[in-house]
Amino acid sequence: MPVAIEIRNVRKRYADVQALAGVDLDILPGEFFGLLGPNGAGKTTLISVIAGLVRADAGAVRVLGADVVADYRRARRLVGVVPQELVFDPFFTVRETLRFQSGYFGLRRNDDWIDEILRHLDLTSKADANMRALSGGMKRRVLVAQALVHRPPVIVLDEPTAGVDVELRQGLWQFIRGLNRAGHTILLTTHYLEEAERLCGRIAMLKAGRIVALDSTRRLLETFSGLQVKLTLDREALPEGLAGTVIAADAGQFTLKLRDHAELETLLQRLREEGAAIQELELAPPDLEEVFLRVMERH
Amino acid sequence: MGGFATLLHKELLRFWKVGFQTVAAPVLTALLYLLVFAHALEGRVRVFENATYAAFLLPGLVMMSVLQNAFANSSSSLIQSKLTGNLVFILLPPISYVEFFCAYVLASMVRGLLVGAGVLAATVWFVELPLVAPLWTLLFALCGSAILGAMGLLAGIWADKFDQLAAFQNFVILPLTFLSGVFYSIHSLPPFWQALSHLNPFFYLIDGFRYGFFGASDFPPLASLAVLGVSLLGLCAATLALLRSGYKMRG
Repeated sequence: MPVAIEIRNVRKRYADVQALAGVDLDILPGEFFGLLGPNGAGKTTLISVIAGLVRADAGAVRVLGADVVADYRRARRLVGVVPQELVFDPFFTVRETLRFQSGYFGLRRNDDWIDEILRHLDLTSKADANMRALSGGMKRRVLVAQALVHRPPVIVLDEPTAGVDVELRQGLWQFIRGLNRAGHTILLTTHYLEEAERLCGRIAMLKAGRIVALDSTRRLLETFSGLQVKLTLDREALPEGLAGTVIAADAGQFTLKLRDHAELETLLQRLREEGAAIQELELAPPDLEEVFLRVMERH
Repeated sequence: MGGFATLLHKELLRFWKVGFQTVAAPVLTALLYLLVFAHALEGRVRVFENATYAAFLLPGLVMMSVLQNAFANSSSSLIQSKLTGNLVFILLPPISYVEFFCAYVLASMVRGLLVGAGVLAATVWFVELPLVAPLWTLLFALCGSAILGAMGLLAGIWADKFDQLAAFQNFVILPLTFLSGVFYSIHSLPPFWQALSHLNPFFYLIDGFRYGFFGASDFPPLASLAVLGVSLLGLCAATLALLRSGYKMRG
């Protein structure tokens, strides 16, 4: 089975900005993949190259084996893109918008599928409303619907939840997770790191047009985040020679930073040896935000 | 094929949904021109022996409406899509640049011809107008709407904001149409201005179109058609080349 999205040494320069400085990346079929990076890192440019909206200066991108330039017709049928900007055509209703989008992909009489998408995205009651009359969140859902009219196996979402309220965000993710479970490959960029942490199996971090980290979300968390332990002891001072780094200490309450669970084990053992009684122990889970900051610092 | 047909349909529906503005209003404007100029100049200007000034003026106004509306359609549609960002919906699907070009130009032609037909339909009742060679009329109308449709697309690709498009429309298209012999025969001009008029491609459109009605023209219609055919081909080639390169469309 070919790679879902194969990115080979892609470069793109805008005037004096090197938006993409040689990106190599393979996204596998069925993955839920996150592309993270600060503003201006090149996320949207990379997505635009995949979608054929931007032409790379060098390199190649293939979607399920179809080159996005040489074999653009096949490549574009295989990918559905939810753009970042909240764009719409004010001349048309929701249904017209989706019918036109189907037609652009050569699909006539696509209404059964359109109805199904509308139902899933909770837009059925708005099918005949003009696009202008919709709220921002609804317009965002129509964008998702537009990306799905041709049932693409690969779905690319560029900041799909920017400016979307919490409830709607949950609904949207539930829907997209469902698509992923049904076999769709998902490529996502987002600013909400907790979303990426929860949803993405693998993550690439982009900085100044380069990939600076690429691994499974779990390993990234393990490698870069470590463990944070909050302890309340029966004494004011910590015993000497404990593992980890003390981040905060205040009246018997200590926050320590550990590399991993093995260090936690030695820490607890040491405390037992010292006869220190633990009154409270709280483990803070690894946090992608911290991983992100550390990775960005290092590069 | 599917993408092209849908894009054409979308472009047609786009102007039809605001038909008052895109079809009815230009028809009314042309009628007002006819009313005012025919009243003011009737009897003072005589171009053809057996035709009133209103009859002389009418084909010019019809063609002017065809040209202006064909240009307005593709140019305003494209710039709106560019500025609002919804052009992305057309750039994402597997639509080739040739299909894109054909859909926009054809929709422009339909709007131009619809307005032209509207002007004609509203005026034939009170202006006595012969129709000597209807095929020539049709041929020039098709040619004119195609040229201006392509020009509008070119302007729409180039322009980054409405202001630039308005400049193109007001400083290029409008003077060229007004000075192309809509309101007068260029034979009434001094030799220098007559010669200059021959450099205006719109002159051949108006002159040839009028030939279809009266069987008389300032310039031989076949030669006009040749000039226009070459212009159209050049314009199509230039626009297609820009679309193919992705200039201002695919970053």
